[in-house]
Amino acid sequence: MLLRHTPTEITERSALVINPAKTCQPVGAMYAALGIEGCLPHSHGSQGCCSYHRSALTRHYKEPVMAATSSFTEGSSVFGGQANLLQAINNIFTVYNPDVIAVHTTCLSETIGDDVPQIAEKARQEGKVPAGKYVINASTPSYVGSHVTGFSNMCLGMVKGLAVKTGKKNGKVNIIPGFVEPSDMEEIKRLAAEIGVPITLFPDTSGVLNGPLTGKFRMFPKAGTPVEALKGVGEAIGTLAMGEWASADAARYLDSEFKVPCRVLDLPIGLAATDRFIDALRKIAGVAVPEKIEFERGQLVDMISDQHQYFYGKKVALAGDPDQLIALTEFLVSMDMLPIHIVTGTPGKKFEGRIRELTKDMGRPVNVRGPGDMFLLHQWIKNEPVDLLIGNTYMKYIARDEDIPLVRHGFPILDRVGHSYFPTVGYKGGLRLAEKILSALLDRKDRDSPESSFELTL
Amino acid sequence: MATKSKTKPLVDPEDAKKALVAKYPAKVGRRRAQQMVAAPGADGDIPEVTSNVRTIPGILSMRGCTYAGCKGVVLGPTRDIVNLVHGPIGCSFYAWLTRRNQTDASAPTAENFMNYAFSTDMQDNDIVFGGEKKLKAAIREAYAIFKPKAIGVFATCPVGLIGDDVHSVAREMKEELGINVFGFSCEGYKGVSQSAGHHIANNGLFKHIIGNDDTNTGGKYRINMLGEYNIGGDAFEIERLFTDCGITLVSSFSGNSTYDQFATSHTADLNVVMCHRSINYVAEMMETKFGIPWIKVNFIGADASAKSLRKIAAYFEDKALMDKVEEVIAREMPEVEKALAEVLPRTTGKTAMLFVGGSRAHHYQELFKELGMTTVAAGYEFAHRDDYEGRKVLPSIKVDADSRNIEELHVEKDPERYRARKSEEDIKRLAAQGLTFKDYEGMIPEMDKNTLIIDDLNEHEAERLIELYKPDIFCAGIKEKYGIQKRGVPLKQLHSYDYGGPYAGFKGAVNFYVEIERMVNSKIWGYVKAPWQENPELSARYAWE
Ligand code: SF4
Ligand code: SF4
Repeated sequence: MLLRHTPTEITERSALVINPAKTCQPVGAMYAALGIEGCLPHSHGSQGCCSYHRSALTRHYKEPVMAATSSFTEGSSVFGGQANLLQAINNIFTVYNPDVIAVHTTCLSETIGDDVPQIAEKARQEGKVPAGKYVINASTPSYVGSHVTGFSNMCLGMVKGLAVKTGKKNGKVNIIPGFVEPSDMEEIKRLAAEIGVPITLFPDTSGVLNGPLTGKFRMFPKAGTPVEALKGVGEAIGTLAMGEWASADAARYLDSEFKVPCRVLDLPIGLAATDRFIDALRKIAGVAVPEKIEFERGQLVDMISDQHQYFYGKKVALAGDPDQLIALTEFLVSMDMLPIHIVTGTPGKKFEGRIRELTKDMGRPVNVRGPGDMFLLHQWIKNEPVDLLIGNTYMKYIARDEDIPLVRHGFPILDRVGHSYFPTVGYKGGLRLAEKILSALLDRKDRDSPESSFELTL
Repeated sequence: MATKSKTKPLVDPEDAKKALVAKYPAKVGRRRAQQMVAAPGADGDIPEVTSNVRTIPGILSMRGCTYAGCKGVVLGPTRDIVNLVHGPIGCSFYAWLTRRNQTDASAPTAENFMNYAFSTDMQDNDIVFGGEKKLKAAIREAYAIFKPKAIGVFATCPVGLIGDDVHSVAREMKEELGINVFGFSCEGYKGVSQSAGHHIANNGLFKHIIGNDDTNTGGKYRINMLGEYNIGGDAFEIERLFTDCGITLVSSFSGNSTYDQFATSHTADLNVVMCHRSINYVAEMMETKFGIPWIKVNFIGADASAKSLRKIAAYFEDKALMDKVEEVIAREMPEVEKALAEVLPRTTGKTAMLFVGGSRAHHYQELFKELGMTTVAAGYEFAHRDDYEGRKVLPSIKVDADSRNIEELHVEKDPERYRARKSEEDIKRLAAQGLTFKDYEGMIPEMDKNTLIIDDLNEHEAERLIELYKPDIFCAGIKEKYGIQKRGVPLKQLHSYDYGGPYAGFKGAVNFYVEIERMVNSKIWGYVKAPWQENPELSARYAWE
């Protein structure tokens, strides 16, 4: 057994986290910053954090992840990292020449109290920032929130650092897609284009973290949200924030500071959440939903109804990020599946309430914890087994020990590909997700059926 | 497929150096140039490689931190210690199973905590008011649930800064719980790379575990294997060879290891060192305190493996062991030779670059040599001068401020337990026969003349190198892998082995031959350009008939 020491009996822990269902802010900030065209993320702290974050993102995407670090030494940890950051900014513009450096902090520079905006200003005054180039920043202490918070903070940093107040309107809608895959961002753009809503999607990692192999390496792929577009987000007619945890802060800031009204939606994963997203786009554009999209929706409804007998009543345990878990739970419930154990490591008061609300008609109690960890989730599973697990790659240790099929979803997925190419948002994404769930359940049925009742057709 | 008969002519190393530093601000260029040298060839004077110096901010280095070297590298592979990371969540999360240290916990009662990540998940309150209380509570909770023999506590960056004392907490908990609890001040900002963390880990092992249990666990030819971390099962392959030769492995540091192995390791009669950089401190201290000599070995490469087994046999000066070792080598070699004969026509003459770690960039050159390939450039991520130039330069290494921060333990002969395994005369006699002790010659002497050695290579220099040398394969880590491959050059990960391996020993060598042949001849590289990209101008159109 891989997790042989996990007891069935649950004891409350006040201090020890075991097998976390979250990681730290900077990795989310780094991911978000990669969604700006021509941007080099920069980690202001010791080099280890940056090395770990780059490695984690690389393992998840199987793509180059470029980011720099201030490489603090003992001296910088005592006297502050100003000299390191100034030197880094100079070196980065000289050697790599990005359009933007997006600086995020780490626990160390936060604990020291380095004032990054002030250091960036000093760099500008000293002529270390070439004309037309930018240094933006986000404060991302990991002793607050999680990687999702870091993503959110960097989205906010983009607005604070780049949006220009002109008082004009550009007729576009901002969409903040949340901490989702490049494929999902691509799909959100496609859906908006189908409906005819001109959008600024930020950040946009499609084409950055699922790029082609051409024989030529581009440190800054021709993809990501252009700086010019980010400068214009304050001129938008509105903002759709996909997900309370990952996207709402930047949207609300645009609302209060730039008078760009915002709506916070759930991630468009599954039927109902996608319906709300499409409905919002339709109302913004003032158009009827194109037939093509209704067709896609119909396909998803068709497939679920065809296969309903296999979804029905299946118990599911999930770990992941709040925005994803909320949308996934709603989707599972809509298929008459039973999401009964749900854990996120990311804190946030509203999470447990939302899940309880979504599952209240399921007719049975649900275990939900935010923040919790995978150790607790595993204990819940030992107490009440499930038919399916949904979560990141670390869930495979539980899957193997308990012999339960796993559908990989979330961050990080270290041992499979596909997430960066095929979306799970939108109706097409719903179809893929439902197909994966179904395949996992049916593969298990095929494996476990006695020979006498082994079925050809399912 | 056409076989290249000769290696491409080497780029002039001085030209290469100029090209590598051309784009840097002047000061950075000067600093980096000191970390690049041309190999002098077998008889040349060994040049000085500036190394173990600070990473330049903003330059995309491959390096990690002290914590990664301490918790990740040295302590991580031991299965029955609960490694509790005191800090915010990330540091623990990223070190969770990502190094691929395999372990054999198949015994029914074996403890194995390696699949778990433990963290105090510090919150802002802990940063403001101190985290010692939470750490104590976490240790108690870990003990209550897991009842481990030992708990190691690892401090990450913010911990040192806010003044939490992991050592005093560890002492208090040791007293309270009656198990071994020990702390490591391995905050990431200490030192300039993982290397500082190795040293801190070595000190901790020596202070808190090694020598705790005098039980002699029996067996003949008792050795410890140091600096082998069982990535991809390397240690399993080496253990197989030891078992077949009748050599007893008392403890491994630290692949496939247990707490009890560490505790009894001082009863061994020889230490063999694989990765010199990460573990030479333990070897030195065990010699001083307990009288156990150490020799450098290398089980990467079939010839190197044979040589290493012979060295161990030579040390014990026992005819039966020598015969057994020869028998094992003779048994293993035919398969190696067969595999090599199959791949050689397709690997000979190709070129490789290795930039990784503190020993692998050297050790793996053996395997490439066996494949008929030339290493045209190599360097370590976090090594010191002795790993490049050999231990004879040790007295001349200046200790800078960053290294001075790392404690040097003062070790003396153990009054009761010191037992010189070999007399000074024995050591001299064996040395005269070619078995040198406490000796590592470093990477440089083994590299061809005018190949390039670069310490702490970064993204920009890697790009230049590839343009200049067009190597057939590049060896580095996960952060480098996909960027290099986008350029059409296959990259072999030598930290994680791309989830393959083992590559140590004889079976490992065979695995590596097959793997490298696959990579340098993979058909996919021929498809990078679409057919129409060869002549993009539309010069003719289909005439439908
Ligand atoms: S110190 Fe903070 S930022 Fe760095 S890896 Fe640890 S948790 Fe993440
Ligand atoms: S916080 Fe410090 S110890 Fe943790 S990963 Fe970053 S550099 Fe390493």
